[in-house]
Amino acid sequence: MSIPVLSIEKVRKAFGNEVVLEDISISVPEHTATVFIGASGSGKSTLLRCINLLEQIDDGIIRIDGTEITAVDTDPDFVRRKLGMVFQSFNLFPHLTVTQNIILAPIRVHRQSTEEATEHARALLERFGLLDKADQYPDRLSGGQQQRVAIIRSLAIAPRLLLLDEVTSALDPVLVNEVLSTVRELKIAGMTMVLATHEMGFAKQVADEVCFLDRGRIVEWGTPEQILESPKDPRTKDFLKRVHEAGRL
Amino acid sequence: MNQEVGRGSGEEPVSAPYSFGGVWTPSEIEISRRVARRKRSQKNALVALLSTLLVLGTLAVILFTSPGWKSLSETFFAWAYGVEVLPKIILGFGANIFLTVIAASSVAIFGLLIALVRTSRSPAITPFRLLATIYVDVFRGIPMLLIILLVGFGVPALRLKGVTNNVFILGIIAVIITYSAYVAEVIRSGILTVHPSQRAAARSLGLSNFQTLRFVVLPQALRRVTPPLLNDLVSLIKDTGLVSILGVTDAIRAAQIASSRSFNYTPYVMAAILFLLITIPLTRYTDRTLRKSIERQNAQGMA
Repeated sequence: MSIPVLSIEKVRKAFGNEVVLEDISISVPEHTATVFIGASGSGKSTLLRCINLLEQIDDGIIRIDGTEITAVDTDPDFVRRKLGMVFQSFNLFPHLTVTQNIILAPIRVHRQSTEEATEHARALLERFGLLDKADQYPDRLSGGQQQRVAIIRSLAIAPRLLLLDEVTSALDPVLVNEVLSTVRELKIAGMTMVLATHEMGFAKQVADEVCFLDRGRIVEWGTPEQILESPKDPRTKDFLKRVHEAGRL
Repeated sequence: MNQEVGRGSGEEPVSAPYSFGGVWTPSEIEISRRVARRKRSQKNALVALLSTLLVLGTLAVILFTSPGWKSLSETFFAWAYGVEVLPKIILGFGANIFLTVIAASSVAIFGLLIALVRTSRSPAITPFRLLATIYVDVFRGIPMLLIILLVGFGVPALRLKGVTNNVFILGIIAVIITYSAYVAEVIRSGILTVHPSQRAAARSLGLSNFQTLRFVVLPQALRRVTPPLLNDLVSLIKDTGLVSILGVTDAIRAAQIASSRSFNYTPYVMAAILFLLITIPLTRYTDRTLRKSIERQNAQGMA
């Protein structure tokens, strides 16, 4: 069996006395998607931020392609070159155009030439139907368009692993779909992904594995069918029931 | 969020023109509203004009009928004398402009450096951060006139070898020391207003701390603080006049020399006019920049 792109072993994270992640272990093989579901505050976002080294873990090991990235002498900038991250609030750079947003890291971090990076950016924009926005500033775009640009920005560095943190939570219901179909497209193209989401229908479509997090612990994990259709743990059942009542399933 | 733009797939052209058929003509009620609005705005204009004439007229009457007006206008508004000494004052004003250019460019560099040191979290910077904080606290808290006096008279008194006694240079240094502290705080406040999520996004793309600062944080910060920085520039131009106390022949000093020769204060008025010629356009420009930046922020709030 080949080495998983991401493997996490017994990770723990606390803010002060509040433990937000406890005994988290997962393994994400290449070309698969692992989806974390759970209530707000269950630790989904924190876990993604830990993988990206935006937060420092308090125990355990995180490996990318078999190499430990949580070692003390790891250069975070070097690790992040292999990871893409998309945030709930898009976080596009407002002073840069769409194209400039996308080519910043390829030029400054990956030392591509401006021409090369721009060409690649335009190809990506075309692929996702945003080429006409190439020279616009983010504030002229709809939320859905901004989020898709943010996804393209993280793709431009050709990441080994894409982390998506509730990428539709800040969007109007009518704009959610365009973002989800972009992610679906990436999944079909074979991108390895870890997602945190509230969209259960979407989780069912893209996930190879679903993990239910509750108060910082993985309560239950398995295929989307196992977790979303016949959960065993009462906490998972309760969560899914509440989601269902909210009309999201 | 963005109700009106990009509904649906996002590929459609934004706000396509709609046509509901037929040529529109305003209805009776709309025409009557327009007439009423026009009448009201005519009335408002008339009220504004009358109140302006009344207030300014009253002030003019008070001023021109005051018992001392005649002698005052002779000592302050002797235009013939003013024009006669104007070349000397303009020459002095050249010193103010020169001081402003040198000081403003140095302050931009030092102010930015101090702001960067104060906002840096790197452990190696710790002693510099401490020094920068003390520097800002001290020099923002002392009246600039005092700093000019301390530097202008104190430094020569040290009799250090190789250190200049030139009051012009010492004056510039005093101005730079003071304004760097002001400007550093303005820039620092700008840096602090850039949301942490911008930093997180940049770092997650693999940009280093310095690259994040250089390409993401500073461009946004500086754009936000442009209006207050322009304000500081206006103050700086005026405050260069303070170095006249060291004997630098600037516009104020030139005016002082001219007026002490004739016991007429018109030269001061001439100097004031010269300052206004520079500061008023700059102030207008600052207002415009501020208005634009507010508009831009409002536009961003809608997106």
